[in-house]
Amino acid sequence: MAGSTLHDGLTPLNAAPEQTSDDAAGYYTLGEKLVDAKAPTGPIKDRWTTRKFENRLVNPANRRKLDIIIVGTGLAGGAAAATLGEAGYNVKSFCYQDSPRRAHSIAAQGGINAAKNYKEDGDSTFRLFYDTVKGGDYRARESNVYRLAEVSANIIDQCVAQGVPFAREYGGLLDNRSFGGVQVSRTFYARGQTGQQLLLGAYQAMERQVAAGTVEQFTRHEMLEVVVADGRARGIIARDMVTGAIETHLADVVVLATGGYGNVFYLSTNAMGSNVTAAWRAHRKGAYMANPCYTQIHPTCIPVTGSHQSKLTLMSESLRNDGRIWVPKNAADCDKDPRDIPEEDRDYFLERIYPAFGNLVPRDIASRAAKYMCDEGRGVGPKVKEIGPDGEERLVSRGVYLDLGAAIERLGRDKIEEKYDNLLDMYARITGEDPYETPMRIYPAVHYVMGGLWVDYELQTSIPGLFCTGEANFSDHGANRLGASALMQGLADGYFVLPNTIRDYLADGPFEKIAEDHPAVLEARSEVEARIQRFMSVDGTRSVESFHRELGNIMWEYCGMERSKEGLVKAIGLIRDLKKEFWSNVKVLGSAESLNQDLEKAGRVADFIELGELMCIDALNRRESCGGHFRAESQTEDGEALRHDDEFAYVAAWEWGGEDGSPVLHKEDLIYTAIEMKQRSYK
Amino acid sequence: MPPVATPTLVKTPRSTRSTIALKLVMAVSGLLFIAFTLVHMYGNLKAFSGQEKFNDYAHHLRELGEPILPYEGFLWITRVGLLVALVAHVTAAVILARRAGAARRDKYQVKRNVASSLSSRTMRWGGATLLIFIIWHLINFTAGKVNPQTGETGDAAGDPYSLLVDTFSVWWMTIIYLVAMLALAFHLHHGTWSSIQTLGYTNTASSRARAKQAGWLLAIVIAGGYSLVPLAVLTGIIEK
Amino acid sequence: MKLTLKIWRQANASAEGAVHTYELDGVSQDMSFLEMLDLLNEQLLTTGEEPVAFDSDCREGICGTCSLMINGQAHGPEVTTTCQLHMRSFKDGDTITIEPWRADSFPVVKDLIVDRSAFDRIIQSGGFISANTGSAPEANSVPAPRDKAQRAFNVATCIGCGACVAACPNGSASLFLGAKITHLGELPQGQPERYGRVTSMVAQHDHEGFGGCTNIGECAAACPKEIPLDVISQLNKDLRTAMFKGF
Repeated sequence: MAGSTLHDGLTPLNAAPEQTSDDAAGYYTLGEKLVDAKAPTGPIKDRWTTRKFENRLVNPANRRKLDIIIVGTGLAGGAAAATLGEAGYNVKSFCYQDSPRRAHSIAAQGGINAAKNYKEDGDSTFRLFYDTVKGGDYRARESNVYRLAEVSANIIDQCVAQGVPFAREYGGLLDNRSFGGVQVSRTFYARGQTGQQLLLGAYQAMERQVAAGTVEQFTRHEMLEVVVADGRARGIIARDMVTGAIETHLADVVVLATGGYGNVFYLSTNAMGSNVTAAWRAHRKGAYMANPCYTQIHPTCIPVTGSHQSKLTLMSESLRNDGRIWVPKNAADCDKDPRDIPEEDRDYFLERIYPAFGNLVPRDIASRAAKYMCDEGRGVGPKVKEIGPDGEERLVSRGVYLDLGAAIERLGRDKIEEKYDNLLDMYARITGEDPYETPMRIYPAVHYVMGGLWVDYELQTSIPGLFCTGEANFSDHGANRLGASALMQGLADGYFVLPNTIRDYLADGPFEKIAEDHPAVLEARSEVEARIQRFMSVDGTRSVESFHRELGNIMWEYCGMERSKEGLVKAIGLIRDLKKEFWSNVKVLGSAESLNQDLEKAGRVADFIELGELMCIDALNRRESCGGHFRAESQTEDGEALRHDDEFAYVAAWEWGGEDGSPVLHKEDLIYTAIEMKQRSYK
Repeated sequence: MPPVATPTLVKTPRSTRSTIALKLVMAVSGLLFIAFTLVHMYGNLKAFSGQEKFNDYAHHLRELGEPILPYEGFLWITRVGLLVALVAHVTAAVILARRAGAARRDKYQVKRNVASSLSSRTMRWGGATLLIFIIWHLINFTAGKVNPQTGETGDAAGDPYSLLVDTFSVWWMTIIYLVAMLALAFHLHHGTWSSIQTLGYTNTASSRARAKQAGWLLAIVIAGGYSLVPLAVLTGIIEK
Repeated sequence: MKLTLKIWRQANASAEGAVHTYELDGVSQDMSFLEMLDLLNEQLLTTGEEPVAFDSDCREGICGTCSLMINGQAHGPEVTTTCQLHMRSFKDGDTITIEPWRADSFPVVKDLIVDRSAFDRIIQSGGFISANTGSAPEANSVPAPRDKAQRAFNVATCIGCGACVAACPNGSASLFLGAKITHLGELPQGQPERYGRVTSMVAQHDHEGFGGCTNIGECAAACPKEIPLDVISQLNKDLRTAMFKGF
């Protein structure tokens, strides 16, 4: 942070961007600029406090007359359900899983950041704020991020009180570690299962409210449509996944906490059921989708072994501290046993290209470098089928070695076991190879999406009465998320932010009850029923799974680690063709009136296809490299990401343009008043 | 939609009405039986010291606690205590077994047990075997004093030693007793550890290991100790 | 690899079920068990037979969604979840019997999917610490001894999959119950509600129709997270103490 100055948030430090390029011309319509009408002003450190005070209160006696629907039970949804239930509102909570405890927040490993400064190492709210904005490549809204940093400390207090068993020091106080390349230790953790423990805390708090009668829980229910009546979100249409019944649930306000859409890539570290349907249905009803192309790709995952693969598994990044990453110098050596390749024939490419940071370069750089090696034909491991840039299928090895050999020699096997035993066991279980004997193989995989539904400072989408929290919104991470910040954001939204912003909206309620036969309800229902009917009646020859896999291949090839104008244009064409084929050739067996996993999946894949197209258009328009988005056309001579703040320091919020129309782009300029924009460098 | 598991919460939960309370009943009564079997075994082994000493011991049990207790007072207190424990043990076992049966009415086509001992899986059958045995044992030595060799009942001579030797001189009686002791060994092997676990004294891996060792020890000592007498009679070490 | 699969098929909760036999070819050693079932389902699509319904979500062993009784063992022959079980644990020509969890408290929903909502209700009955959002004291104001915090964490890793119930001959959920009782009971924050919690949760456990524990240990052996039997001892101890405290 050398050379940085603290700014109080009163004076703009950058000018509004002016986009001069127009790569996506013809694929979109330019709409009005978007201004977050709720954005607070004034000194940055006072904004949230002021807002909490200004937001109106809801009389406790009125709260039980107000119904809140929350879709999703991960950290953001579960925490919100618990908190709003405690406050005395009537909450209806929905999840597609068989229990709220299974939401995919549970899989987060590393930890949760909080500006507690327990280590007295110079951490502060402002530093967490600074790191988050910088890490997000200056594409996040500063007020939101500051608020996130501000409430981070309360999250830890809350979780400890709930009985989350964080790691502790011998004196019984909480332990911290440094994470994701930051220089302070502000990450709280519960071994490699922090997400699980935090989620169970939120889940238990929510179940307590179920017992108290303030929260009603609907498991194995999938939201398929949002009901917008008289300009406000008033409910949802959900399918009971066991009976197939289409149900109408009405309320005063609807909250989507439905997670990210990384599964648009087919293979990702997301859960099998993670999907975009709730958010996408809301998008089609008028909610803007912001920065959909911002995807975080994690460099150290276990590579794909064959076309049967259904998901990818993350290996903690900490392995890069001790492992050296390499590929054979000669493509001819790729099929050899790595132990037989002599030192001089190995290419430690990260150390070669980035001598200063070596194997510890940031996630996106490490990921891209691995991809280039494999593109050159120097990848290792089993060859997998993929579509090449020419559109032809080919077989490529997608993997690079992560070699612990030197570390084992230097530190001894015991030390390595102690540090990474769980991870290495998991690797051995999945690959059947012993990582102590032979170098591990790794490859990048989609891990998190920074994009999502556009929300204002109050977390309200562009549909009044429809709020969105957690990974599902376009969030506070800008173009890239720091390690251990996803958990922080989910819980900040759920426990502290949403409950304080939603009350201002609900202060106008209870809204006039709408009947189950209100035209808006009937319309939403019939849309859902017609769509299901359509899935069941196409009766083609291809499985839903095969469409998903093909979409994933397209997205990964053209909208993955590196994106180019040519590739994205091609991808849009391919996706449009795929969409046509899907609706004319998909095959769904069974009936709609019972549990039908193919039918569930069909709905999700149909939405992923539409989302995929929008992601490509967004990526095409953003002719700059920032955070998780790398455009081949925008790099320095050394191949580093090159941002264009003058053109793209804005949030791209996309409005649904209709079934046959093109999406409408609304730009929300990012004007910083508390932090100055800087270009990063890792050489 | 068909009804699934009851969706209500228990309104006024009582710890004493729980399955664990029943298990505690089993554990406590079981430990009482263990104490009793140890003392009883000690008395049995008196048979090795001869007819007179054995009969003296048997008679003394009746006078134990006099004059504070009436004649046979101690014995009756023990008998009532054991009977109550037995009724409690068996009742709790039956209730728990029925619950367990109701908890899984649809059985697996294939089920492989990997961690449980044979003794733990035979507790219910072993318990039933022991119950039948105890009834016969009481008819044999306490209530009916049935002498299987002579066919006499009531032990008019007041000579328990002879009754014992006569009984075990019949080979199939010895077999019955040895089989029962095998069942007892099994029951003790699991029951000892299980009761300690049920009482909540095995909160670590090492205490669990010790409780399991205790099960082995008691099974071998008690069942072995009891088996000595019939074997000694059969081999002629103990005779009239 | 070529396999013979004997799979329980049942259209819905009230329908009669039966074991169906399928031949599956082209199984790779690198597949996870669930990917093998995905392959079977792709094959069934071509023959027009409805795919086999089974639960799975994270497929990395943490969400607890996947289940399956594989050749008579919960989550199959390895100590892990079904999603992390790989086909290299089997050999060419094997016959594999796949059944749903069996317990009256876990009614079959369809094929291999069961309803485990009883676990949610057990948590609702007391598996929490009552701490409203905003009311929490400063996190470091209450130190928690490290060994106790570690034990709490170790048992809090329970994923609620239900393998303990599935493996138990009594259909008991004592391991699940004990894990939560021990987790919350080891922490200072869990003390105020400790004895009321155990009483309520045990009552709910019984009410749901789970059987009692006979300490035979099949549950701990089947647990993919290796929760030890200690937690059942702790559960018993806490319940016993609760009895004496008049709960």
